[in-house]
Amino acid sequence: MTKAGILYSRVRAEEKLLFEAFEKRGVDFDLIDDRNVIFEITSGRAYEEMYAAYDVVVERCINHSRALYSLRILNDRGIPTVNTAHVADVCGNKLQTTSALTAAGVPSPRTLIAYTSESALEAIEELGYPVVLKPAVGSWGRLLSKLNDREAAEAVLEHKEVLGTYHHSIFYIQEYINKPMRDIRAFVVGDETICAIYRDSDHWITNTARGGKSSNCPVTPELNDLCVRAARAVGGGVVAIDVLEDPDRGLLVNEVNYTMEFRNSILPTGVDIPDRMVDFALKVASDGWAKANGWDNGTPEYKSVSLTG
Amino acid sequence: MALQTVSGVAECPECFGEIELTGVMQHEIVQCPDCGADLEVIALEPLTLALAPEEEEDWGE
Repeated sequence: MTKAGILYSRVRAEEKLLFEAFEKRGVDFDLIDDRNVIFEITSGRAYEEMYAAYDVVVERCINHSRALYSLRILNDRGIPTVNTAHVADVCGNKLQTTSALTAAGVPSPRTLIAYTSESALEAIEELGYPVVLKPAVGSWGRLLSKLNDREAAEAVLEHKEVLGTYHHSIFYIQEYINKPMRDIRAFVVGDETICAIYRDSDHWITNTARGGKSSNCPVTPELNDLCVRAARAVGGGVVAIDVLEDPDRGLLVNEVNYTMEFRNSILPTGVDIPDRMVDFALKVASDGWAKANGWDNGTPEYKSVSLTG
Repeated sequence: MALQTVSGVAECPECFGEIELTGVMQHEIVQCPDCGADLEVIALEPLTLALAPEEEEDWGE
């Protein structure tokens, strides 16, 4: 019988639904509170084998750093996880996500990276106003800035440089997509887009955490293909893909989330998302990561982005 | 493991209002309907709430 661990930080609606889904399926599972975890990462001590009993560990940490390090430690010890440390590493950082998507030929909004406020201003003017400035690490629409003119750009860049941690001096600058007052969030499990929602908002930030309203979005073959390719580009697994509708270029992948929230998506789509997550986790435990993702030829080789292409 | 849930009344540590809770589990996050504070269930017997941890910079999906 499969033994699962669920690593979590706080029990939100998503975690509770997931716990209930595991319980309903009769899976033997433990809850692992990341506030109490101690990992032994050297050999020969008491904690070394603590997590070896798990056939799979499902990660639901709220801190990216805790998720990433925990997954790295578990994967280094051969313990299968959902998602993998690789997926968390790529998706937890917008710069890495966009780079991985581009390397795999998945269309995204045009994005420039700069390391100083001077070069960032040059990059912003290269893209043309308005542009969107985002922290490389962060979620829920936090600290996003839509810069409509040079004066706003100068002010925000100065604030970020002076008041922010060093992370805020990695300037991730993206063209503003003149989307309809909505975006699409699609849920991918392995090699299938299981459902999607529109997130409508009067604000340019459409996150449901910021008040965006959700409704069902039909999964067309085009949307499925794009999202499955995006998931594969970041390492596969169970991910939520944010897609923008560009009036000229069609669908563009904006972000990929690896510890996805889904409480507002079950009702409009009618899809039992936590149950599908349990299916995937059990498949990872029994068949391994590549097979669970439907990759017949094993895990793809991940190439870094071509700077000349 | 079997999930343990309880129902009952607890006090909001922020506004001291009474909150009726149904089927909550240990460490579950709930919101005070009076003051809107995010609260964490820190004990089931007796049902006890504490302010939930403050949002940190790397929190997210």
